[in-house]
Amino acid sequence: MNISNSIVEKAADATAKVTPISVVRRVRGLSDRAIAWLFIAPAIVLLLAINIFPLIWAIYLSFTNYRANRPNAAVEGVGLRNYERVLTDPDIWQAMQTTAHFVFWTIVLQTVIGFTLAYLIDRKFRGHAFWTTIILIPMMLSPAVVGNFWRFLYEPQIGLFAYAVSWLTGIATSDIRMLGDVSLAPWAIIIVDTWMWTPYVMLICLAGLRSIPDYIYEAAEVDRASPWRQFWSITVPMALPFIMLAVLFRGIENFKMFDMVTLLTGGGPGSVTEVASITLKRAAFESWATGRASAFAIVLFVAVFGLANIYVRALNKVKQR
Amino acid sequence: MQRKSKALLGLASTLMLSSALPNLAIADELTLCWAAWDPANALVELSKDFTAKTGTTMKFEFVPWTSYADRFLNELNSHGKLCDLIIGDSQWIGGSAENGHYVKLNDFFDKEGIKMDDFVPATVVGYSEWPKNTPNYWALPAMGDVVGWTYRKDWFERPELKKEFKEKYGADLVAPKTYGQLKQIAEFFQKREIDGKTVYGASIYTERGSEGITMGVTNVLYDWGFQYENPKKPYEMESFVNSPDAVKGLEFYKSLYDCCTPPGSSNVYMVESADAFKSGQVAMQMNFAFTWPGLYKDEKVGGDRIGFFPNPAEKAHFAQLGGQGISVVSYSDKKDAALQYIKWFAQADVQAKWWELGGFSCLNSVVNAPSFAGSQPYAQAFLDSMAIVKDFWAEPSYASLLQAMQKRVHNYVVAGNGTAQEALDGLVKDWTQVFEDDGKI
Repeated sequence: MNISNSIVEKAADATAKVTPISVVRRVRGLSDRAIAWLFIAPAIVLLLAINIFPLIWAIYLSFTNYRANRPNAAVEGVGLRNYERVLTDPDIWQAMQTTAHFVFWTIVLQTVIGFTLAYLIDRKFRGHAFWTTIILIPMMLSPAVVGNFWRFLYEPQIGLFAYAVSWLTGIATSDIRMLGDVSLAPWAIIIVDTWMWTPYVMLICLAGLRSIPDYIYEAAEVDRASPWRQFWSITVPMALPFIMLAVLFRGIENFKMFDMVTLLTGGGPGSVTEVASITLKRAAFESWATGRASAFAIVLFVAVFGLANIYVRALNKVKQR
Repeated sequence: MQRKSKALLGLASTLMLSSALPNLAIADELTLCWAAWDPANALVELSKDFTAKTGTTMKFEFVPWTSYADRFLNELNSHGKLCDLIIGDSQWIGGSAENGHYVKLNDFFDKEGIKMDDFVPATVVGYSEWPKNTPNYWALPAMGDVVGWTYRKDWFERPELKKEFKEKYGADLVAPKTYGQLKQIAEFFQKREIDGKTVYGASIYTERGSEGITMGVTNVLYDWGFQYENPKKPYEMESFVNSPDAVKGLEFYKSLYDCCTPPGSSNVYMVESADAFKSGQVAMQMNFAFTWPGLYKDEKVGGDRIGFFPNPAEKAHFAQLGGQGISVVSYSDKKDAALQYIKWFAQADVQAKWWELGGFSCLNSVVNAPSFAGSQPYAQAFLDSMAIVKDFWAEPSYASLLQAMQKRVHNYVVAGNGTAQEALDGLVKDWTQVFEDDGKI
């Protein structure tokens, strides 16, 4: 212990002699604190410019009648009217419900399937590396490609999906209208998102499973714990922080879901798949109701931020156990 | 010393050239923005004459229809200098005029002797005027377009099908003149086996994301008596938008969607409709006239196999206007050169060539020429259609009005929620809110 300490001290002395910081300090007379600020400053400036300023600007706009396509019109304060309109608009509430439905089901399916796949892959059977690669392919594709690809798969006349369902159930392919049926269209999108992002959840869960030391299982074996008992008492609790992390990432991502819905249904049939991000985009960049769209964006931000905060606290508690 | 002088001279020449070249390019190049479609290719071909005549190189910025409005309205709203000339959609006129995006062309037209009377009246109202029906011009009618229909002439002419149709309906199997006939024909072909393949009645617009289903539904509603507002009192929509006749029209559109479209037709617009026709899936197809030249040339369904007819009539006879006018962008640094392009484009001989190449001219001297109707197999249908056009709102808030209609009619027609009356009552409510926000009511 003493030997290693002395080595570290010597190394520190040697480094101090040649460190550029000491040179800068001598030349410029800057303190350590000043140098730290010098290095952090660019990141802070960037953060302020691309995150904080737009946020503050959006908050300001949310209290005005500003429209981005009428820059010459007078900008007037409207108080809380934009928020009132947003919070009492039945279309927005429907979009929020649709979004919540997507987030809930995609998270449930992706977590269950992702964890199951990770558990199976972790068994290290023959060819597991090959299957891992195959499973990961969907998440490597662009959402634009995936959206178009699945649009064709869902096509009732030529789509493989309709053929497969028809073969399994005996329903005529022309009656399997995944994207045109009110009750099926939301599930069509949930299926695609699950297909694409389950591998992502699987990867995080796999990292969690691989982080569990073997000796814990060995100890459990000695105690004659059954595999079922080992699974519920060791595997699940120890992988839980990772699973919760995956849920957090996917939850935030799916709250912003836009590309897949646009490509598959455009928000239809009717408005049954119109998620919050599509409603926001239409208000902001098609109707150019910038003030109202800003208010909606702030409401969404507060909702996501608040929920994520509560969730992170829960995650930290789980980690501390 | 001599070497040094030469080197300095070379350097000076290079610097002079490099500083002069960008200026030359600025003066000699114009950028025209439009949608990426067949007529745009024809315009590229046509514009070679302009370059040959003036020495001005034409650069083109074409964007797919799906992002056309987003891309160019963003460009205009941000006062971008990308486009010197823009062929903007007819609905953009109100917003572009009021927000100062387009150069007002009245003085230029007067100076150059360009008369709006020389153009098809409906296209002047639809593509150039704001406010509507006032002599304030913001564009020159450039591309006439209208929703019409194509049909499988070869199927309609099959003796066994003609005979069966006659026996069943007591009428001839010919291009329909009324919506009742159109639906009959569509039902006749629905799920029929032709040449070993199951075919369907008709492809109609149902797209949700942009403007598709609105263009299709209005095309039908006009004929039932739907009106955007009280002709005597602007923005009064109650009993006009949701009149009993308009309700019947919307119910008809849904019945056509339910009975006679191919499976999976819940999100169909121009491309999908043309594809359904080209792949031999449908007997009839609703689509804008710009698709007709391409379909006529198609090896599988074109030539003698295809026929064209204008929108059928019902209580009234109208068709949904498409098409665009060409405008000079007010943020361009090359407005004079852009105006010269418009002057050149307005000439009768250029307009005649425009039609030959596949563009749809709006100049009277071209479309009213005795030879016009016989110049292309679809020319007569185009003429007949352009005579009955009606357009969607061109208000500055047209996008909000469009979104509301997309939602309401898709919800009823495709999703099957509620009734036609509820859909149109809801539409009146939405549109009233938009006009209240705009301070118009």
